[in-house]
Amino acid sequence: MSTTTTTQAAAAQAVAPEAGATPVLELAAVTKTYRVKQGMFSAARPLHALGGVSLRIYRKDVLGLVGESGCGKSTLAKILLGLEAPTSGQVLIDGREVTARERTVLARRIQPIFQDPYSSLNPRKSIEDIIALPLVVHKIGDSASRAKSVARMLDLVGLPQRVLRGYPNQLSGGQRQRVAIARALVMNPEIVICDEPTSALDVSVQSQILNLLGDLREELGLTYLFISHNLAVVEHLATRVAVMYLGKIVEEAPAAELFAGPRHPYTKALLESVLTPDPNLSVPDTHLGATYPNPIDPPSGCHFHPRCASALEICKTTPPPHVRSAQGHVDCHLHAVPAH
Amino acid sequence: MSEPVLRVENLTIDIPMAQGTLHAVRGIDFELKRGETLCIVGESGSGKSLTSLAIMGLLSKKMRCNAARLDFSGIDLRKQSPRAMRALRGDRMAMIFQEPMTSLNPAYTIGDQLMEALQLHRPVGRAEARARAIELLGKVGITAAESRLSQYPHQLSGGLRQRVMIAMALMCEPELIIADEPTTALDVTIQAQILRLLADLQREMNMAMILVTHDLGVVARIADKVVVMYAGEVVEKGSAREIFETPRHPYTRGLLRCIPVPGKTRPGEHLGSIPGIVPSLIGHMDGCAFRSRCDVAEVACASDVPVRRTGEDHMYRCIHEVQPGAPS
Ligand SMILES: Nc1ncnc2c1ncn2[C@@H]1O[C@H](COP(=O)(O)OP(=O)(O)OP(=O)(O)O)[C@@H](O)[C@H]1O
Ligand SMILES: Nc1ncnc2c1ncn2[C@@H]1O[C@H](COP(=O)(O)OP(=O)(O)OP(=O)(O)O)[C@@H](O)[C@H]1O
Ligand code: SF4
Ligand code: SF4
Ligand SMILES: [Mg+2]
Ligand SMILES: [Mg+2]
Repeated sequence: MSTTTTTQAAAAQAVAPEAGATPVLELAAVTKTYRVKQGMFSAARPLHALGGVSLRIYRKDVLGLVGESGCGKSTLAKILLGLEAPTSGQVLIDGREVTARERTVLARRIQPIFQDPYSSLNPRKSIEDIIALPLVVHKIGDSASRAKSVARMLDLVGLPQRVLRGYPNQLSGGQRQRVAIARALVMNPEIVICDEPTSALDVSVQSQILNLLGDLREELGLTYLFISHNLAVVEHLATRVAVMYLGKIVEEAPAAELFAGPRHPYTKALLESVLTPDPNLSVPDTHLGATYPNPIDPPSGCHFHPRCASALEICKTTPPPHVRSAQGHVDCHLHAVPAH
Repeated sequence: MSEPVLRVENLTIDIPMAQGTLHAVRGIDFELKRGETLCIVGESGSGKSLTSLAIMGLLSKKMRCNAARLDFSGIDLRKQSPRAMRALRGDRMAMIFQEPMTSLNPAYTIGDQLMEALQLHRPVGRAEARARAIELLGKVGITAAESRLSQYPHQLSGGLRQRVMIAMALMCEPELIIADEPTTALDVTIQAQILRLLADLQREMNMAMILVTHDLGVVARIADKVVVMYAGEVVEKGSAREIFETPRHPYTRGLLRCIPVPGKTRPGEHLGSIPGIVPSLIGHMDGCAFRSRCDVAEVACASDVPVRRTGEDHMYRCIHEVQPGAPS
């Protein structure tokens, strides 16, 4: 199996976890169940947004999290940020479990950057107030030291000091996303959760933000969880990639390995869907059917089986095995190790 | 050579605002033949959607639209009454929007809406309309089409809704279809499926298609011709191959450097970027609108900029004949 071969690119970019290193952030068998009503008069039914997710993020890694709409990416992000409590399972920082009462610890060390730079900034607050808010909430420093921190953040994200007294509606989309990044970094976090940070931006602006995120990681030694539906962007930035499908991580591997040799049929379909700007090629066939699963009533066995071109008989009835490899895992019957 | 289905010449769209007139579209030209796909790309706010709406006769009343020519299959669209435009829309020309719910009515079943799309324009009975609806749902890849007819839009996923909307747009087999960011809100796998479907149906029905998108990957894979817009103008126009392999305009060239391309850009390396922002479109504008962001701008860029042609269909708008740093 090719999972132990590390390509040159992977060696160059991935920060290989040293043997025995403790992940900065870990999810252990986390589930999240919402109760939702489908019709006006029907009873609430459980929706398993996360169906037992285990994930480790190591220092200075960029973990790319991909998967289709509704698969649970944002739910996972909210749990890491302490904005939602898991239904079961644990969140660990530096190997220590974070209890419900310690949520503020999470908030200090982990900061978010969200997709929409238009709605995530309060339109009635000045840029200075927006960036200083996390310091105020956590009662860090006095007004003089806060002003200094804010000024330093503006430099860091490449905004001129004159925007301080301005308001979000006076800034372009790219500038607003820089403000959001400054606000996230003012707390000196170790981990930044980026949930679709560039998908609302023009292509010409997206690249500036990606460059900035890459530079900041180098400069400040940051660790990222990077959620995106743009696989070319994930391939560009991520050191590791986790692929989600209906609340489960179906494959995880170092980025270079995953892009060079996807193992899960859904990962393969995802990669086949990437449209590189090559005018000599046409739109590829993903070999996926038009059956979209209902998360309230997920398919039996492997959740992916109604769309999977490689599905076996067993896939309809039995959940796939969790097959570990040297640096990751894949959940799929095709990769089951035969029992001897 | 066949006659173009659509000819647009010197199209302008002005929007009166409190601060002055916003010149949203400033004199654009293009044409399109049957069986061709034209992609319009460009910066947000460059006028892509307004151009599409102008062709469909869907601009709001407060906007002023002018053109030296706006011909669709020999019909002068400038002279059509609102009523005549309504008769054309959904019949000989149709539009697909990013958000399917702008076209689907939540209160009616899929079946009713598909059938109405046909019966509004054709003297056919219910049975025939129903058969056509089932046929088209099948064409757009929806399985068990018959059972879908009685479902309401909210009972479908985003990808299925987009398929239904495509089926609805195609009920009367239009000559021209305009799709404005039809897949932007969808997952990449579903985006690929829907685009492939559109391309196949377009070929099968020999339609002319305009696809508005900001995704250069989509453009490269699906376009015959490309129009690159910036601040209400066409800054470059040509075949997909010309635009991607020998782009001339600094904006087009800059855009292509901004995107990570697996296998071409190295992971983690700095991507190209275009600093700065789009100028205000309110009031009179002189010279090249891109000059505040252009890395090869010169003094002459503040005056009239020539239109250059390098082939039958390829044009760009720039003072430079050969781009600095371009392979010649
Ligand atoms: N507060 C909530 N109440 C009920 N259901 C919810 C809630 N939040 C999320 N869900 C459901 O949980 C599932 C996972 O949602 P989530 O927002 O995590 O998806 P996502 O992967 O981030 O999708 P997207 O790519 O569209 O942002 C979805 O089916 C969603 O409808
Ligand atoms: N109803 C309106 N009232 C005022 N200005 C408008 C209106 N609709 C569009 N505009 C302006 O006209 C210009 C062109 O808008 P248009 O929607 O065509 O852009 P676009 O190229 O489709 O952008 P995007 O990629 O963001 O969809 C923009 O500057 C926009 O702000
Ligand atoms: S377990 Fe079966 S259905 Fe699921 S991805 Fe693997 S082969 Fe396909
Ligand atoms: S005309 Fe001048 S500013 Fe405009 S694109 Fe050409 S060089 Fe740049
Ligand atoms: Mg989300
Ligand atoms: Mg638009």
